[in-house]
Amino acid sequence: MADVKIGAYICKGCGIGERLDAKQMMQVASRDAKAHLVREHEFLCNAEGVQMIKNDIANEGVNRVAICACSRRSKTDAFNFEGVAITRGNIREGVIWVRPNTEEARETTQEMAEDYVRMAVIEAKFMTPPSKNTEAKYDRTILVVGGGVSGMTSAIEAAKAGYPVHIVEKASALGGNAANFLRRVPQKSPYANPEDSGVAGLIKAIQADSKIKVHLNSTITRTSGAPGRFAVDITTESGATATEHFGAIVQATGFHDYDANKLPELGYGKSPNVVTQLELEKMAKAANGAVLKTKDGKEIKSVVFVQCAGQRSSKEGHLPYCSGHCCSTSIKQAMYFKDQNPTIDTNVIYSDLRTPGTGGEEFYRSGQRKGVTFTKGVVSEVVNGSDGLDVKFKDLILNQDVVEKADLVVLATGMIANSGVNIDEVKQDEPGEWKSSPESVLNLSYRQGKDIPLLKHGFNDSHFICFPYETRRTGIYTTGPVRRPMDLLQAQEDATGAALKAIQSIESAAQGLAVHPRVGDLSFPSFRREGCTQCKRCTVECPFGAIDEDEQRFPVFNESRCRRCGTCMGACPVRVISFENYSVDTVGQQLKNINIPEEFEEKPRILVLACENDAYPALDMAAMRKIEYSAWARIIPVRCLGSVNLIWLTDALNSGYDGVVMMGCQKGENYQCHFVKGSEIAQVRMSKVDDTLKTLNLEVERVATYEVAITDIERAPRLINDMAEAVKKVGLSPFKF
Amino acid sequence: MGDMNVVKVEAYRNSFLKEVEANVEGGQWVKMCMQCGVCSGSCPLGSAWDHPPQELFMMIRAGKREEVLTSSSMWMCTSCYNCIVRCPRDLPITHIMHGLAHYAERLGLAPKNQPTRKFAKLFWNNLVKKGRVNELKLGVALYFMNGLVEGIKTALKMAPLGLNMLKTKRMNPLEYVGGHGIKDAAGLQAILKKARAIELAKAKKA
Repeated sequence: MADVKIGAYICKGCGIGERLDAKQMMQVASRDAKAHLVREHEFLCNAEGVQMIKNDIANEGVNRVAICACSRRSKTDAFNFEGVAITRGNIREGVIWVRPNTEEARETTQEMAEDYVRMAVIEAKFMTPPSKNTEAKYDRTILVVGGGVSGMTSAIEAAKAGYPVHIVEKASALGGNAANFLRRVPQKSPYANPEDSGVAGLIKAIQADSKIKVHLNSTITRTSGAPGRFAVDITTESGATATEHFGAIVQATGFHDYDANKLPELGYGKSPNVVTQLELEKMAKAANGAVLKTKDGKEIKSVVFVQCAGQRSSKEGHLPYCSGHCCSTSIKQAMYFKDQNPTIDTNVIYSDLRTPGTGGEEFYRSGQRKGVTFTKGVVSEVVNGSDGLDVKFKDLILNQDVVEKADLVVLATGMIANSGVNIDEVKQDEPGEWKSSPESVLNLSYRQGKDIPLLKHGFNDSHFICFPYETRRTGIYTTGPVRRPMDLLQAQEDATGAALKAIQSIESAAQGLAVHPRVGDLSFPSFRREGCTQCKRCTVECPFGAIDEDEQRFPVFNESRCRRCGTCMGACPVRVISFENYSVDTVGQQLKNINIPEEFEEKPRILVLACENDAYPALDMAAMRKIEYSAWARIIPVRCLGSVNLIWLTDALNSGYDGVVMMGCQKGENYQCHFVKGSEIAQVRMSKVDDTLKTLNLEVERVATYEVAITDIERAPRLINDMAEAVKKVGLSPFKF
Repeated sequence: MGDMNVVKVEAYRNSFLKEVEANVEGGQWVKMCMQCGVCSGSCPLGSAWDHPPQELFMMIRAGKREEVLTSSSMWMCTSCYNCIVRCPRDLPITHIMHGLAHYAERLGLAPKNQPTRKFAKLFWNNLVKKGRVNELKLGVALYFMNGLVEGIKTALKMAPLGLNMLKTKRMNPLEYVGGHGIKDAAGLQAILKKARAIELAKAKKA
């Protein structure tokens, strides 16, 4: 990189010119912060203003651009210059919109703006424009693990988009669980009758597609690499192993049935005429339209369906969740009987009937029309009676205990994800001692474990609502019932989405670009090997398992796996990890270079480190609503609270800040962190801050960490004001010089 | 489970539901109830019913023939139509209630002393005689609905009101003797007789 040449640009539009002294800010930029070139403009984001900056880049050799205008979240299209590092001084949303336009406030408002100008220029000084990722590779082939409906759909969709696909299937045939289905719940209007399962059609489409290669009777014995360059060992039953190369992976390993032997009270195992839904499906498929008979050869005249068998229950050994498809499946299966012979009595005993999906309610109605009885109740016991089975249940509408006779009882048991090994429970192989595990699905050679981390109840997922399809392993996407319980229609839609995500990941990896959530980010972490103490914190804490270890326990960064959150940077005790455009210095120098007034001036300074995904936008929105907050605050956006290195805190307190407020996202079970674990890790680190404060002889009130959601528009400014109040109470910091 | 609440094993069969479907106005809708309970919650008299509509529907599906048909519940319906308006499944609940009452009456299972049933009978008998409701006769008949003593007591209580109505010519005492009617009362009775015959024939066929 050539010499650093910083251009600072001060905008006077949007009322900035009237409220603030631009000349003064220009002086600060050139004299204090040593910008090489400083200009002001009446309206910086218009064509002329942008052209002015472009000219400076072209003619004056400016390679760092500090734009002191609106928030970094505004006008990103206008202020987008290739090949240079850009920083933003937020003097609109960060200053004039959150301060009153009064004579008394003028001085402190001006000070605030000048600090943001300083910070923008200093940040630019310590930044490097991101260079190309030399690790970027482009392998267009997609690996689909699992040949069920989800996997086949993903493969077909990816192939349609022009990408070659390999399917690895453990069984001897494609189809998965759905291959056993006689019919499926209807997916088309009028949603009245069960329809063809569609499995045969999918298999035919795959066989006809020259882009799709199928490996049957095969498992994966090793997966290494990163998006764009995965190397996968595919081993057949006979033990023959071939290594194939892929750009991205879709894991569609589906589900297996809950073990109904855990439900002896419902008669399973005690009578052959108590079956699970999946077993009835197989029975119906085998009969293929013939009259269904009990195991002892009697014609079935009455069937009871027991919903939520061993699921949606807090009992030990039961599943706590709803599998989502079972109500519709029972309706479908009751129709198998009713369509054949309307005089067969079918009773679906449910506690909450739920038929999700567009046609769900129509299908329920169709079942009612066909005479399927629906009873709100709870089954307590199924026993062998004098003539068939006795189903004991409580009718919750009529509030009575009932015994109903039935020839066949069908249990709606739940789905359990085929998610491989739980890496939080299984011991990891040490570097150099990696061995393939037969329980694992992917057999990742990653330092953090062989399979994808689980979210809840054994399912592989990221945030259900905010980030569907995402997993915590970049370039590997889970889909179908391995991600969350779902029915066939949902699985097919899901699989299409996963195929798109895989394609996106391949194309991004090829260009060295980050995927969700910092889509398109070119930067990636680098580390100074000489300074590393091999403490392994980065490899352990990376929420995406992007960092491996070599045999000497030094971290091995895999750029394409990295999501650029900076959690490794926040973790590193010796501060050797940095990004070109985000480092310990880009933030640390900003906070060190603001003007700390002498103690007698009685102007405290509060450092606010705000997550760029939620807290910072919340503060921006507060500014748009002109919600005022303390003029003592200096806000620095961080990629994730997980990227906050404790040195920033000690530096801030040592240089005389009176308070520090940290705003991250909600952590825990219903986390909202874009980087899944970032805010949680940050909170753990910050919980130890009190000790640091005590050694510095400072009050613990001076540092506060909060969970702030993007909707906390009124709360976020209030938290800053709270700190201002707290500082007033405990007094100014003794560390001012 | 030896308690009285235990229902016989033929419960939860479709047989009674089929009987209702064949004989009760709107009966084919009973199976479409999804037990949300909006009808029961919407009924202004719901709390006075032994079994609100939703429960009656479940009883039909559970095969509780005797309990449903001898119930006083459907006789409580005042035809306010709140339930019909609110039913998310579009069930004609009011009609089904009257249909059930009607069917129970036809079978002779309706509760004999249910007051709304008695009123309905008085009203009907009053109406068919002349084709017009004789309000004076209907009013007096209602006073004596529950016996002579109570009838005299009520009549005495209402006497001042009656006298005031007489004074202001709001009531003609001669109506009690003859009363006005339609032109061809016999014709009306013939129509009703024929309608009844058709209905019974239909029921028999079912």
